[in-house]
Amino acid sequence: MPVSVSSSQLIFDALKASGVRLISALPETWLVHLIRLAEDDPSVTLVRLAKEEEGVGLSAGAHFAGNRSAMLMQNHGFLAAVNGIVSCAQLYRIPLLMLISLRGEFGEKDPWQTEGGLVTEDVLKALKIPAVRLERQDHVADRIAKAMTLAYASNRPVAVLLCRDLMWEE
Amino acid sequence: MRRLEALQAIYPDLEQSVVVTIMGAVAAELQSLGHRPNFFYLQHAMGLASSLGLGIALSRPELRVVVLDGDGSVLMNLGGLSTMARYRPRNLVHVVFDNESLLSVGGFPTATSTGADLAGVAKASGVPRTATVERLEDFVAEFRGALAANDLTTLVAKVEAVGPAGFLTDLGLLENRFQFARCLRDWPRPG
Repeated sequence: MPVSVSSSQLIFDALKASGVRLISALPETWLVHLIRLAEDDPSVTLVRLAKEEEGVGLSAGAHFAGNRSAMLMQNHGFLAAVNGIVSCAQLYRIPLLMLISLRGEFGEKDPWQTEGGLVTEDVLKALKIPAVRLERQDHVADRIAKAMTLAYASNRPVAVLLCRDLMWEE
Repeated sequence: MRRLEALQAIYPDLEQSVVVTIMGAVAAELQSLGHRPNFFYLQHAMGLASSLGLGIALSRPELRVVVLDGDGSVLMNLGGLSTMARYRPRNLVHVVFDNESLLSVGGFPTATSTGADLAGVAKASGVPRTATVERLEDFVAEFRGALAANDLTTLVAKVEAVGPAGFLTDLGLLENRFQFARCLRDWPRPG
């Protein structure tokens, strides 16, 4: 499976460097290595979700308890979590770092991913969620650190978009 | 059993716990008994109170977390029961006040009114301790038993579909949120 191991490791290292100690996740192909890294690291609590919206509640609780967290999900999972993002994370001003694999862009071979790719960034914009794209490995550490800084300064959700050229090697 | 009298009966235990409630009648009734900095009322995002409680319980195992949930909210996040059970925080007691209706929006009957058994769903999802109670004395006994058992418990309390006249209180949402976070920050940590 040509999911980038080295990019996944860089992303995981950047999350840890940003102080993330709890990661909630719902698997998708591009996230398999990241989830395994989280599972294998005893200093990180991995919570495997049934649906992405639960992760918003988990992150809010972790934040109240003084723990930094991140959500790992596909863009369709982000779309499934929108009410929780609005009526928990935004209403209650939760610093919420969301890592979203951005399926459905140029190069997408799976027909079922194509519709979500068209709307994800527009939905983020409509929700006034700042988003940054990670397209190359030299984006990873710097942009994840800055995303976490903005999340905590603004007490709001921020999105880090994991793009095809970073995550997929073929 | 009325929810308000159930809350009153366990209020002394809630004083010593970290409490997360759902919106509407539960939040208003608990505040009518006396707000405390260790009480957080999730006034929207139906279904996520249990997930939020799980996030606290996993992050701070030394805290005792009580989630005060409702049938309508649990039905919106049945998968959350399986997530809770999967990680089985022993410091989490999940109370579900089941009035078989969406009382806050006019009393529309939920699926528990036609037989959905939330304690049964919790048990089948892997929650190690579950019970359904209908009488106040049974509720108090089961709740205290759950605290003493030191294991994840979902306790469904069948309550009358009655609530306060209104749901607005003078506690601001963000005031509650920041006060609660400070309370947890200052709560003594082990060691």
